[in-house]
Amino acid sequence: MKQTILRTEDLKAYYVLDLHGTQKVVKAVNEVNLEIRENEVYGIAGESGCGKTTLLKTLFGAIEPPLRLMGGRVLYRANGDELDIISLGSEERRRLRWEFISYVPQGSMSVLNPVLQLKESYQDFLASHASGKTKAEAVEIAKQHTIKLGLPRNILEAYPHQLSGGMRQRVTIALATILKPRVIICDEPTTALDVVVQRGVVQLLKDVQRNLENTIVIVTHDMGVQANIADRVGIMYAGKLVEEALTETIFAAPFHPYTRYLIDSLPRFGDKTTRGSVPGSPPSLSNLPSGCPFHPRCPYALNICAEQMPELVNLALSHKVACWLVGEGVYGKAA
Amino acid sequence: MEKLLEVDRLTKVYSLGSMISRTRITATDHVSFYIKPAEIFALAGESGCGKSTTARMILGFEEPTSGAIIHGSKREVGARKVWFTEGVQAIFQDPFSTFNPLTTVDWYFWETVQNYKLAGSKQAAIALIDQKLRGVGLSYEEFSGKYPNEFSGGQLQRISIARALLTDPTLLIADEPVSMVDASLRMAIVNLFKELREQYGVSVLYITHDLATAYYVSDRIAIMFRGNIVEMGAVEQVLMNPRHPYTRLLRESIPEADPKKRWDKPIILAELEHEEYLRHGCKFAGRCPHVTEICKTVPPPDISIDDVLVKCHLYSDHSVQF
Repeated sequence: MKQTILRTEDLKAYYVLDLHGTQKVVKAVNEVNLEIRENEVYGIAGESGCGKTTLLKTLFGAIEPPLRLMGGRVLYRANGDELDIISLGSEERRRLRWEFISYVPQGSMSVLNPVLQLKESYQDFLASHASGKTKAEAVEIAKQHTIKLGLPRNILEAYPHQLSGGMRQRVTIALATILKPRVIICDEPTTALDVVVQRGVVQLLKDVQRNLENTIVIVTHDMGVQANIADRVGIMYAGKLVEEALTETIFAAPFHPYTRYLIDSLPRFGDKTTRGSVPGSPPSLSNLPSGCPFHPRCPYALNICAEQMPELVNLALSHKVACWLVGEGVYGKAA
Repeated sequence: MEKLLEVDRLTKVYSLGSMISRTRITATDHVSFYIKPAEIFALAGESGCGKSTTARMILGFEEPTSGAIIHGSKREVGARKVWFTEGVQAIFQDPFSTFNPLTTVDWYFWETVQNYKLAGSKQAAIALIDQKLRGVGLSYEEFSGKYPNEFSGGQLQRISIARALLTDPTLLIADEPVSMVDASLRMAIVNLFKELREQYGVSVLYITHDLATAYYVSDRIAIMFRGNIVEMGAVEQVLMNPRHPYTRLLRESIPEADPKKRWDKPIILAELEHEEYLRHGCKFAGRCPHVTEICKTVPPPDISIDDVLVKCHLYSDHSVQF
């Protein structure tokens, strides 16, 4: 069994908004327990507004108002110690970032400074995180790194506007991996890219992971990308983790009704049979339904579903589900 | 054969740069295709392939440099002509920017009813609006008086389709209608197109980069690359047995939702997009695994094999197999 590198305990992060005196609480991450191991790609999937991005921000310790941590811990195992990234001082957290954990934010093709050549962005980055290097050394490191990742030789001389979106995305990934971090957190790295370019980015992430033998946490709503890169997949719904299993299991034998809809609605080549989609619409995170948040849309809902949220339980080895239907005989025939 | 809409050698050239260093980019280069009644025709390709430019020219938002758009017996079309928009309606990519956030969504319906004089009285108009909304799975009561932010993206997109259906169009032009909609709700929209075709005989020009939904919903498909249609034919033929090297690359690059079918081969990515547009021969020559000398200089001809049109030198001599 591989060692756990990142673990969360009943993580709760809410957006607390004060609108003309009335408080509005958006429960974006609601009691999430994750256990992510060394040398694995962990995928998080779910529809927009289910709290995926907020979860990643919390994992990275980037909690800024209106987002507030309401409880729980985020623990990293670094050099044998377990560190809680949220309770660390800002200096220690800064040191942990990029060298140990790095983050590729959503829309990261627009994070590069448009008036600087890429080599200057790389220099700035290396100057603040890998001290004691001269400018020339920093550029040399950056150059070696980008070439190793298969980017064009003279790319560091370019300005961001000279590159296409896919190329900028790859440059950003290269930047995030230059210090050989043990954990890379990627938020929708392939969204808004063309399919061929998307494949190039997935290829790059896989190469990086293979070389560094580190951990990648990847959020994407595209189940095709999940199938291609992830070792294990967690499905989020309304701020909660509702199912988690090996990628093969999630695709071959999903259990939670929401996961089933998600997998069954995917169009496949060579199969034109009608595919349904999830009935109803996603709930608002500021006004969640009682009990299991999926119960208003669930065709198998039992009485208890409207009253209590089910716990995440082990269905089989490394297959966890939060659903009241576990152990009930009613399920399996109708779908 | 009856043709509902025909596009004949449609060309659009954009000029970039200053007076001195001017580059001309051919966004669409002699694009020809037709749509039959009650048919879903997909126009697929990556961003910058000219698919949206084609849609904008059909809708009259852009003036074509040359070529013609033929609707019924009339050759010249444009969005300002009422007879055209009554039969052809559009659905756009981003449901959130389709509607003005400061007006209620009904306003768009009333405007359409008024512009086309679709109802004689208020009751008749409400009945018509309700009927169209029910067709997309909504109703007048749950919709009237609400602002766009009160709906989800999927609902807004369905409202936008209902609005387009008010005039009983024969053709819907849908430019990336599902790319901003969540995967779990995407199929509801795509299925709606199928229903409209089966029940009301509505044709759809489905413009997309998503080949999986294009395969699922459409009857015929055209694959565009850098302003050219490189392959066109029945969707089963084109996507299950792709002939053009670009279609093959595209087809292989779709991540399939099956962990057993992971990509194993590495791929070559494009040089600058710009350079590909300016190529003289085949635009794909820089990345094609089967490139020959002729590809770099002579634009490939349109070749018809088993009712599929392929724009590639590989097929100019039928004895060549690869």
